[in-house]
Amino acid sequence: MARRPEAVVILGRAVRTPRGAAGLVIAGCVILAAAIGPAVAPYSATQFVTSPFARASRAAWLGGDVLGRDVLTRTLDGGWELLAMAAVATALGVIVGAVLGVMAAYYGGWWDSLIMRSVDVILAFPQLVFALLLVSILGPKIWLIVLAVAISHAPQVARVARAAALDISERDFVKAMQILGIPGRRIIRRDVLPNLTSVLMVEIGLRLTYSMLIIAGLSFLGFGLQPPTASWGLMINENRVGMIANPWGVLMPAILIALFTIGVNTFTDSVARASLGVGGRATEPDPVLELAVEGTAQ
Amino acid sequence: MTATEATERVGPPSRAARPHPIRDTVIRRSLIGILTLVLVSILVFAATQVLPGNAASAVLLNTATPARLHALEAQLGLNRPAPAQYWAWLTGVLHGNFGKSLANGQPVGTLVGGRIVNSLVLVVLAGVIGTLIGVGLGVLAAARRDSVFDHVLSVTALAVTALPEFVVAVVLVIFFAAVVFHWFPAVSVFVPGTAPWSNPRELVLPVATLIIVIVPYVFRMMRASMIDALESDYVQMAQLKGVPRWRVLFLHALPNAIAPTIQVIGLSFLYLAGGVVVVEYIFNYPGLGQALVNAVSDRDIPQIQAIVLVLAAFYIFVNILTDVISLAVSPRRRLPRS
Repeated sequence: MARRPEAVVILGRAVRTPRGAAGLVIAGCVILAAAIGPAVAPYSATQFVTSPFARASRAAWLGGDVLGRDVLTRTLDGGWELLAMAAVATALGVIVGAVLGVMAAYYGGWWDSLIMRSVDVILAFPQLVFALLLVSILGPKIWLIVLAVAISHAPQVARVARAAALDISERDFVKAMQILGIPGRRIIRRDVLPNLTSVLMVEIGLRLTYSMLIIAGLSFLGFGLQPPTASWGLMINENRVGMIANPWGVLMPAILIALFTIGVNTFTDSVARASLGVGGRATEPDPVLELAVEGTAQ
Repeated sequence: MTATEATERVGPPSRAARPHPIRDTVIRRSLIGILTLVLVSILVFAATQVLPGNAASAVLLNTATPARLHALEAQLGLNRPAPAQYWAWLTGVLHGNFGKSLANGQPVGTLVGGRIVNSLVLVVLAGVIGTLIGVGLGVLAAARRDSVFDHVLSVTALAVTALPEFVVAVVLVIFFAAVVFHWFPAVSVFVPGTAPWSNPRELVLPVATLIIVIVPYVFRMMRASMIDALESDYVQMAQLKGVPRWRVLFLHALPNAIAPTIQVIGLSFLYLAGGVVVVEYIFNYPGLGQALVNAVSDRDIPQIQAIVLVLAAFYIFVNILTDVISLAVSPRRRLPRS
């Protein structure tokens, strides 16, 4: 009988815990709203429906924004690009980081020093500042923001992946395969990487929340999607001046960003707990400790 | 490090041959830090100066004709080879001369200098208060593990980890400044030249935002390492001997639990260096972060270079400080490794 992949086992366990299920449902609702939002929105995102900062009414359920556009429509319309950018940046950052980290651990020596010193240089920038630096040179372009966020994630993933891979690279079965002359790339692909499954799954969750934080932050500062496009970060900034007249223009995007973060955090924590004891890990990690330590490495 | 490792290493090494781990760490980490800073400066310089779309075209924008571009490039020294430009810039920086702002022609050093203090006030206030709250709540939650108090705090801390600063800030503004209560100003209105602490009311919301953002990290780490410490043999022993509960918590468990937390506290300060960018922008607070956002909007490259370099230097400094402090507070790791 074929063994189910470790990732599936861990996800299955995580979903079956109350917290994991709650987290998945919360994050899933936000993703669903953002994904089908543009199709179900009552108006067009750039259509003037009511007066600026109009209170909620029958025509505009959540009132008007700074220019009198429908807040509900713009909320439904302003999430998918943000989430898509965050997802791509996370995937790219985790893949690059994992490859670099595993290479540093497996090949050691000169490779290790080169990779880890480069990592230190990138780590000397706050993530948002690194993205701002790139944006200041080439302008607020979508691909650039995704790339900037991915590059600033990679060093932190690399550190975690390196630590976990070092642990495995030192084991006897890996040493034995090296002596047998099995090529390093094959050992990494077939034996080292599968052992990093749980570590990388937790990293994906963590990095996803940080991607959201930075990309929405850039959008808030005006360096993300440009007006008149609707984007949650930008909406909060645009509608701040009318917060007293119509708080929904600020509250709705803020609530959705917060719910997404809360959902992903809760689910990631369940994944970290569920991964204990799955697969052949030599030492059982403390998920809370790992999350706390890695989570702050901004 | 586990408890067993520590007990194996308990024998005191001979004093004469003993290296000085703290001094050695300070020296080694400082050298690496300086090297990293040099690499960072090269990266910042290369990114902003040499890539297409240099300072000259940023200033002229669409008024750029080849002739005007050429003249301004010569004036800014951009037609020299890149290493020469870097060297000129670096020697200037080392003499405190960061060049002139492209936006208003004033020296960047004076523009940025005053703002460093303002940002430091935010970072230090939020860092210190956030650390105290995080450590305090962490100890309490660990002491009453699995109580309702612990569960509520733990779940809340988990959920709000990595919540964007601007989300926290607008919620605070809605509640305490604009819609529900009107206790604090929603934006800072500083008379130029006054110190930020001369009007504490304007500091409350920016500092509170940053505190809310970092407390979950410190709390979660403190709780986890405190639980570890409370489960250790020596704490159980102390409890069996009848040592009072508060003594066990604060004199036996806390000193050992604080070491791993120091790393997270250091990381929180690092996080604040990025967090001030958004928070200063929201509250119109005249610090480095606000200047950076404005400089990026204006493509004011000398200012961007200076601010990014200052933030990176702060990052590296805090990293070294964190390592040294965590070495100093954990007696076990102070012993040289055999």
